[in-house]
Amino acid sequence: MNMSLSSTPAAGPAPVQAAGKERREPLPSPSDWSFELIETYHHEIERMAKRFGLDTYPVQLEVITASQMIDTYASVGMPVNYRHWSFGKQYIASEKSYRRGHMGLAYEVVINSNPCIAYLMEENTMPMQALVIAHACYGHNSFFKGNYLFRMWTDASSIIDYLVYARAYIAECEEHHGLDAVEELLDSCHALMNYGVDRYQRSQKLSLAEEEARRKEREAYLQQQVNDLWRTLPKAAEKQVEKASPRFPADPQENLLYFIEKNAPLLESWQREIIRIVRKIAQYFYPQRQTQVMNEGWATFWHYTLLNAMYDEGLLTDGFMIESLRSHTNVIFQPPLTHPGFRGINPYALGFAMFTDIRRICENPTDEDRQWFPDMAGSDWHETLDHAMRHFRDESFVGQYLSPRLIRDFRLFSILDDATKLQLKVSAIHDESGYRYVREALARQYDLSTNEPNIQVWNVDLRGDRSLTLRHTQHNGRPLNDEVKEVLKHVGRLWGFMVRLESVDRAGKVAKHWEVPATHR
Amino acid sequence: MLQQVIDRRLSGKNKSIGNRERFLHRYRKQIREAVRRAVTGRSIHDIEQGEDITLPRRDVSEPIFGHGSGGTQERVYPGNQEYLRGDQISRPSGGGAGSGAGPGANSQGASEDDFEFRITREEFMQYFFDDLALPHLLRTQLLADVPEWKTHRAGFISEGTPTNLHVVRSMRKALSRRIAMGGDARRHLNRLEQLLSAMLLDTSTPVGEIAALKEEIEALRQRIGQIPFLDPFDLRYRNRVKTPLPTSKAVMFCLMDVSGSMNEARKDMAKRFFILLYLFLMRHYGKTDVIFIRHHTQAAEVSEDEFFHSTESGGTVASSALVLMHQIIQERYASNEWNIYGAQASDGDNWLQDSAKCRTLLVDKLLPVSRYFAYLQVAEESQTLWEEYSQVRAMHPNFAMQKVTDASGIYPVFRELFKKGNPA
Repeated sequence: MNMSLSSTPAAGPAPVQAAGKERREPLPSPSDWSFELIETYHHEIERMAKRFGLDTYPVQLEVITASQMIDTYASVGMPVNYRHWSFGKQYIASEKSYRRGHMGLAYEVVINSNPCIAYLMEENTMPMQALVIAHACYGHNSFFKGNYLFRMWTDASSIIDYLVYARAYIAECEEHHGLDAVEELLDSCHALMNYGVDRYQRSQKLSLAEEEARRKEREAYLQQQVNDLWRTLPKAAEKQVEKASPRFPADPQENLLYFIEKNAPLLESWQREIIRIVRKIAQYFYPQRQTQVMNEGWATFWHYTLLNAMYDEGLLTDGFMIESLRSHTNVIFQPPLTHPGFRGINPYALGFAMFTDIRRICENPTDEDRQWFPDMAGSDWHETLDHAMRHFRDESFVGQYLSPRLIRDFRLFSILDDATKLQLKVSAIHDESGYRYVREALARQYDLSTNEPNIQVWNVDLRGDRSLTLRHTQHNGRPLNDEVKEVLKHVGRLWGFMVRLESVDRAGKVAKHWEVPATHR
Repeated sequence: MLQQVIDRRLSGKNKSIGNRERFLHRYRKQIREAVRRAVTGRSIHDIEQGEDITLPRRDVSEPIFGHGSGGTQERVYPGNQEYLRGDQISRPSGGGAGSGAGPGANSQGASEDDFEFRITREEFMQYFFDDLALPHLLRTQLLADVPEWKTHRAGFISEGTPTNLHVVRSMRKALSRRIAMGGDARRHLNRLEQLLSAMLLDTSTPVGEIAALKEEIEALRQRIGQIPFLDPFDLRYRNRVKTPLPTSKAVMFCLMDVSGSMNEARKDMAKRFFILLYLFLMRHYGKTDVIFIRHHTQAAEVSEDEFFHSTESGGTVASSALVLMHQIIQERYASNEWNIYGAQASDGDNWLQDSAKCRTLLVDKLLPVSRYFAYLQVAEESQTLWEEYSQVRAMHPNFAMQKVTDASGIYPVFRELFKKGNPA
């Protein structure tokens, strides 16, 4: 990464008025922060972000301690959440590794809400606080507001309200039905959390009050629906049903939690509501899981760009800049495969490199760039970047924008692992014939639907033993892992009757199947 | 757009406490087991500490659907140095090519080992008390960190809470203030009123002068009327100050039969009995000494480790321990300086003629100088010692005895002691 401290005037105590018409006196930069300083810096960063045309939610800055940061980790980064032992486990694990020095804490946590809440750690120095403000409050914040996935799936203005509602509701259930019953239910829901998201529908936005009102309505209605579904029909009608719908549901359903919430015969209404809460929260986080590279890359690109622009105006001292650049380089370090610290591709590194590269292609395109990105080369970089941020997710972003030059810079190569062969094969490297291949392979790697097994609701034996059949469609012949049996028990607990899982291979034959008998409570 | 930077540092430090409680609740069996083991292994002095708990990773895992090894998959890596397209690489042993890469693999890569965590001192003690079936009120009493305080009246102050308002004092203050503030004006008013009545009698006084005087009188009345009846300035509150209670010294004698019939389980029970007394004494005395006396046919003062962990065989003469205890009291612990507590644990087995001697020793020598003496029999059968001691119980309120077969039976021995709350 090229990170030269361009044009370094000796910004001594006396104001240097000579160079550049915009040159201003530097802001004070002690290493200890104060509330006034944070506000001063925030003001300047905000001004700069406006100049670059970043569209954001209002900002709410909150200073917290290290132990509060661990608290925040434990509740999946949210300021409020319902209570569950797994969050306690997470807390204990983070606290332990923090105490022993195995893990540094994040400098900030930012929440996709309106206003956008950003936590600053008490331990940070002033330059770190400024970096964090630029990164979180203007980078992430504008991404949350602009990216299509977030626009489609999350409602920033209601999430905090919803979590408050969820926490209160689950606490109430704990009181009425006992801690253990709620814990068991949540365990089962968490096991299926990744299968509780809609991929293609538009979710509804509701405020707290509406949510409460609708819940009552929904509970009554749902129970009625379920009763209808399982009503014993008169004999004549039964035959008709058999002919009309050989399978229920007619089409496979990918949202397992949704299907269970709506159709599981034995659940009580409070249980359905809890499933719904878990499902809603899963849905809220679904965009974040799909835009890690873009989100972090975008935020990193903007803290780098904003701080450099402020430095060019003379607002930041050299010492300040060196410290923030040092943190910046740590964040975007990408160890190579052979490095002992290798933990996969660093999303900060890849994302930052890609946004920087898009800007370069716009401003200084080479012949290669003109050939690969004819529309982008020479265009206005603000617009191009903004477009890229708005309309893509990791998979399509990499597929669209990863340039040959970056593939060379990172020296990317792809390895094909076929379990039936003895050896691994290098399928492509950073050469003329490999660029497209590597790019496609990397894009696929970020596709959630190939990373997670494809498991859908296949059939319910409505008239017989009420058993539920799930179907796993194998992708590239990859089997399921050993946890299947455990997860199936959770499905069984929710469904209440026998649950089956079939793993179907490429030829459409059932290669393997598991069964969990009915668990009547 | 920024309203204000919010300082959250002081609010809600332990937001995850509810989650932690649920976690501990879920694994209470394993934790209780670990605490039990720790109690057996620890010295009485170190009882109040946290403890490391280890859970098998398998028990705390949260299963989700995922891919196993097998099939074909392709991954992209950075930092190619030597490979060309089509190169064959031998499979790295263990882990597979995908280890450490991608978001899902971290959980498997780093840690197949156990999930370890530490419970705090308070949590440890809660589990310990659970075993002993201690009443909750008592737990808080035993766990209190702070020294005991006593509040005293200490005069009156001008600031305080409404509950401490002293009405009489406040009214007295108000009265004197009203007198002080209105004195001059009232004197002046009196004079003017006398003047006015004189003027009214004298018909030659011009009407204008009378009106002027009346006006002046009215103004004075108003000024007096404006003096508030009660001012915040008048309020007086009772003052209470806290003074720490004087602490004193206690010595605790642990007497245990270590003859062949005392097995590990019985010793463990006895240990809990001693721990409970020790905790109680710790709370109430600034300094607590513990003396360990073990006996079979002879008694000896030993270290804690020897006390709990060495085994002896042979017969039992319980009186030997009582004699030694008496001897030690006379040598080192003058009863006017030390609060003496005795705790004796035995399986009740004793040499026949000795039991009566024990009773005499206890009644004549030990009970008069002890604040409390407790006897715990860790076996069911009635033996001579039990019968002899039963006679003591009726006459001496500072003596307690109990037979127990499991840990929850220990607490009743101390019930009287704890009921008193404060032995000083």
